[in-house]
Amino acid sequence: MFSQYREMLGEGNPAELVEMQGEELWSAARGPKNKPLSACDLGLGAGVVAGAYASLPRYFKDAGRVMDLETRLAWCMNDIQGLSESAVTARPFSVQGQTATDLEALTAWIAGQSRGKVISVPQKHAKEQAAFAEGKRLFNYRAGPYDFSCAGCHSQSSKRIRLTVLPNLTTQEGAANAYRSWPAYRVSQGALRTMQWRMVDCARQQRLPELIFGSPAAVSLLTYLGATANGGIMDAPGIKR
Amino acid sequence: MSARCLVATLSLLVLVLATLSPTTMAGDNESLTASYRAKGQAGLDRLQQSEMQQACSGPVGMEVAADVATKIQKAAMDGVVLPADGKLLGQWEKGQKIAQTGTGMQSSDDPATPNGGNCYACHQLAPEEISFGTLGPSLAGYGKIRGQSEAMLKYTWTRIWNSHAYSACSHMPRFGDAKILTEEQIRDVMAFLFDPASPVNK
Ligand code: HEC
Ligand code: HEC
Repeated sequence: MFSQYREMLGEGNPAELVEMQGEELWSAARGPKNKPLSACDLGLGAGVVAGAYASLPRYFKDAGRVMDLETRLAWCMNDIQGLSESAVTARPFSVQGQTATDLEALTAWIAGQSRGKVISVPQKHAKEQAAFAEGKRLFNYRAGPYDFSCAGCHSQSSKRIRLTVLPNLTTQEGAANAYRSWPAYRVSQGALRTMQWRMVDCARQQRLPELIFGSPAAVSLLTYLGATANGGIMDAPGIKR
Repeated sequence: MSARCLVATLSLLVLVLATLSPTTMAGDNESLTASYRAKGQAGLDRLQQSEMQQACSGPVGMEVAADVATKIQKAAMDGVVLPADGKLLGQWEKGQKIAQTGTGMQSSDDPATPNGGNCYACHQLAPEEISFGTLGPSLAGYGKIRGQSEAMLKYTWTRIWNSHAYSACSHMPRFGDAKILTEEQIRDVMAFLFDPASPVNK
């Protein structure tokens, strides 16, 4: 297992293949409207990709709500390409060992275009501030049969679950180390995983029902994490165990 | 302080209190239920907080008021069920397996499979096991250090049944109270902690 991991590192991050897949998708004409996504406004202007990930989630006037990259992509696929949002988000995450979904591939490529950029998730618009406050509330919200909250596992430094070090996501340093490294290629899963996936999987470990992709709770949690991470330097897609 | 200033201060206070009141929390929670879907054994009812869960959801570092803490601890203590036959210790071999098992009650878990205790996620237990978490204190040598007095056995059973009896906002799951482990499983875990032959005490 470990030698396999090293071998992979030696050959470069497998996420690079997924990034290439995403780059092609971005400019390919697709959907009922047969248009490329490249007119999509990711927050820095139509078609601007460089640095976009580092300043998401943010408020989008055209949609009237705060969106992270993955939610925004699904919205643009609908708006620009005419693909139904429910079809795009029905299976947002790939099955272990299979090729990345369109959303994953696009996310990997676009995140890669923020490498070296300073995380600067905006907190100017009232809805951005509200998303942060709600994300913070949810982070501390204890529920379910195990009484877990995100904070229970992620609010102390140098604590572990088994041998896995738990990041303290309430500090700038801890949040930045996490935020900068996603999306990431998970060696243990043989797949590229995104921040939306991370939220969904931690909600599962929290013993809660299934967190819905792109839901207000998911976007609020990401706004809280992202804005807490402000000042960190993006370095994704990363590689994780 | 002028009357107008007082009125302004009071209305500000009312505003602040209103933001903290349970009514606004309930409003927010509609958006919470809209963000999850029931899956497997995890229904939407799991999003509803108990009084303890609500009281213990303040921002990191915020302590619950002393009277609230006392109330939570008393309710937890009153709910503890000791085995009718008075037998608190089972088989340590089985208990070891329960302590190692991390699955249980997740939307992805088969409800027909017994839940694990996942003690190793948070505690050191047998010194020979190097893969242990640190959210809880080390329990290595537990029985050897503490002995097997009736009071110690009852204290430990209560901790496992509902740790909130001693620490209002404990982060240890309520293994008995929330029906995560059965009475028999708790007996086995108890034996894993106390039995002189258990690797915990080696
Ligand atoms: C039961 C404990 C537990 C709970 C509750 C939990 N997590 Fe996690 N979380 C983990 C573990 C363990 C990892 C590391 C996983 C790994 O490396 O495989 C992790 C990883 C993460 C990461 C990635 C960190 C990094 O540096 O890669 C983020 C972000 C995160 N969790 C956020 C959350 C949020 C938000 C919640 C609440 C919705 C939450 N977690 C609830 C245990 C938990
Ligand atoms: C999610 C983390 C977590 C899990 C899982 C967990 N515990 Fe704990 N446990 C704690 C914490 C934290 C404490 C410290 C006291 C407190 O906060 O309630 C504790 C305290 C204890 C104590 C009291 C220790 C003392 O010094 O008196 C015992 C005994 C104990 N745990 C046993 C267990 C057993 C047995 C299991 C598995 C069935 C288990 N715990 C699972 C977190 C956990």
